[in-house]
Amino acid sequence: MIELENVAYGYGGGELLSDVSLNLHAGSFHFLIGPSGAGKTTLLKLCYGALLPTSGTVTLFDRNVRDLERDDIAMTRRRVGVVHQDCQFLDHLSVSDNISLPLMVSGRDLQAEAANLKELTSWVGLTERAGALPPELSGGERQRAALARAIIMSPDVILADEPTGNVDWEMSQRLLRLLLELNRMGKTIMIATHDLALVRAAKSQVQSRVLRISGGRLQSAGADL
Amino acid sequence: MSASIRKVIELLAGDAQADKAVPPTGYTATLTLFSAGAMAFLAVFALALSLATGRLADRWGDELARSSTLRISAPSDQMTAQTEAALNVLATTKGVASARALDDDEQRALLEPWFGPDLPIEALPIPQLIEVIEDDEGFDPAGLRLRLAAEVPGAVLDDHTRWRRPLIRAAERLRLLGWVSLGLIMATTAAMITLAANSALAANTQVISVLRLVGARDVYIARAFVRRFTLRALGGATVGVILGSAAILLLPSADTGGGFLTGLGFRGLHWLWPLVIPPLAAIVAFIATRAAARRTLKDMT
Repeated sequence: MIELENVAYGYGGGELLSDVSLNLHAGSFHFLIGPSGAGKTTLLKLCYGALLPTSGTVTLFDRNVRDLERDDIAMTRRRVGVVHQDCQFLDHLSVSDNISLPLMVSGRDLQAEAANLKELTSWVGLTERAGALPPELSGGERQRAALARAIIMSPDVILADEPTGNVDWEMSQRLLRLLLELNRMGKTIMIATHDLALVRAAKSQVQSRVLRISGGRLQSAGADL
Repeated sequence: MSASIRKVIELLAGDAQADKAVPPTGYTATLTLFSAGAMAFLAVFALALSLATGRLADRWGDELARSSTLRISAPSDQMTAQTEAALNVLATTKGVASARALDDDEQRALLEPWFGPDLPIEALPIPQLIEVIEDDEGFDPAGLRLRLAAEVPGAVLDDHTRWRRPLIRAAERLRLLGWVSLGLIMATTAAMITLAANSALAANTQVISVLRLVGARDVYIARAFVRRFTLRALGGATVGVILGSAAILLLPSADTGGGFLTGLGFRGLHWLWPLVIPPLAAIVAFIATRAAARRTLKDMT
């Protein structure tokens, strides 16, 4: 689905990532670990076409990202749900409207999707908060709303950047359960995190691959976790 | 229905969801409304100027081009004979449709603006004027002057060319000035709306970034801004045209003693011309905002 081959990315003369190769198969579950500033977010952005590699090849759904027009990138984003660490909401819209934003921009009939939206809002436990504005939500609620928005289009791939960065342990476990459930539904998941406890908790429940970014390079991890 | 018309209807009908996604931008909305209204108000006057000067140039061109004046300066005892001789010459001149000597009342009316009413015209050595109207082919002024020199020594033919041409040229320049003003008004409107649109786009960078993240195409994002600015320009220009037309309507009406300024306004079907201004403002806003949005979105990574 998403493949990176000998990818390098740099800016300002320096190289943040080099010789990165990665293949996100359908239904796979990946963790991306590494310290802050290692390049986890950059790698995720390369995976959904928000950044172009300085060298190497990024293939999104069988198409080289360099061959994609801006509209093609937009269409690709509808197949990749992204959960940002800072969630990125439109603060003037309610939680419910923010969750249904991908439906709005793709021209779907919101009336027809109302039941789906209600079910999803309930699944992430935000039924009571559906009418609230994003600034009124707690950290955990924001992350769950961001997850709901990422999956409302039923994407093939979900990329989550530090989804448990601002929440307590209980909430991080709850978010993890939601992501594991999505994986069981066949979704491809990649979570960038520096929370090794989360990775350890997940490893007992799912066949996952753990990748570590170190010195700009990507390597398999696992035995040392 | 053609695709372009359908697109215009879709644009005007709007997309409530897209409008919801892009938050309203307070001061740029007011700025667009005000500038479109003010420019439309000025455009009404520029249009009135163009049309009025156009009418003036046409009138001077059409009416005066086909008339000439023969002035007979002769001693009073020869005046009648020379007038009759001149009329006889004119009657046999090819290209002259009619010729008649102005009576005392008409000559008095011509002098009234300078000497006032009740001028004792009979007691003054005033030349006799003969109005000459040409037919479609017109006469040969040089030939007529030669005949008059031989038969009516006191006659001087004035075919109005000398003073008519600069007046027509002046009126045409004024008309051109009016159209140039309209062009400048449109360009200024486009510039102001572009600035307002750029400002609105810059203020909504975060919104655009989120919309892109969730899969919005740039055309979707641009449309939300374009529609908003187009409708604001249309609304503002409509108010400006109503106020401008009302101001034109309240100008003093033209009268016989009135000059060019009292004739500034619209006549008959010309009142329909201001109706063109609001759609034109909307088109200018549409083009300006679309160009600004495309440029900004292209530059935005």
